[in-house]
Amino acid sequence: MTRVNLEYISFNNNHSTREGINPMNTTRRTVLKGATASSILAGLIAAGALRPTQVLAADWNKAAFEAHETSGALKGLGAGAPAEHKDLMIKVPDIAENGAVVPVDVTSNIPNTISIAILVDKNPFPLNAVFDFANGAVADVSARLKLGQTSLVKAIAKADGKFYIAQKECKVTVGGCGG
Amino acid sequence: MADPMKIRAQMKGDVAEIRVLMSHAMETGQRKDAAGKVIPAHFIQAVTVEVGGKKIVEGQIGGSVSRNPVFGFKMKGAKAGDKVVVSWVDNKGDKRSDEAVIA
Repeated sequence: MTRVNLEYISFNNNHSTREGINPMNTTRRTVLKGATASSILAGLIAAGALRPTQVLAADWNKAAFEAHETSGALKGLGAGAPAEHKDLMIKVPDIAENGAVVPVDVTSNIPNTISIAILVDKNPFPLNAVFDFANGAVADVSARLKLGQTSLVKAIAKADGKFYIAQKECKVTVGGCGG
Repeated sequence: MADPMKIRAQMKGDVAEIRVLMSHAMETGQRKDAAGKVIPAHFIQAVTVEVGGKKIVEGQIGGSVSRNPVFGFKMKGAKAGDKVVVSWVDNKGDKRSDEAVIA
């Protein structure tokens, strides 16, 4: 009886080890694939095949926008683990009575900020918007978001090839009870 | 063709403030109508802002931006009289471009 039990346990162990390896490999492959795609894109822009002056919906970062998790969206943006920075500020109301229209204001005083992304942690698709700045634009953007529920709102800024993060929670009160 | 945007561009000291109101349903593709059918996603995907012929902002946005989106941008080095052109393209290929002059 004891022997049978032991076997059962060891079988379970093997099983979990195998399960543990597979997702890791998949992640690694996805990262490699992403890196290749973005370097091809950079090459195309340099070669003038993609004219950046045109508005192209095809440039839309599908991988990042259709990620269901914040971590996936960050990976799609190429921002693995952004660091906190005091010069990146995000303003959202503490309490929003209407989650369909939540004003947000992001300001980055980090030198050479070239891009700001806005994410809502708990939304079905967390990535909300990405703005790239050039030609004297100040790294300051205001927008209105939809929040499905109370969530952290995150701002990601890119400066000198590094990513920084600022976040703030916004409570959404459904039904207008005012919380 | 969608309704025109409202663009307001003003100099505040040495910084030009540009605010844009776009008229768009911004359907996420998550909502259902009264009959329980999913309303297909329809939202603006790309936004660009040009001032004086130079592109200052290029944005990609998702369905989680509110209906009739409002955006505010700031820029240095612009002057009153510069032309501001704002354009967008949505996921169905609809597009719209409107102009204003910095006051």
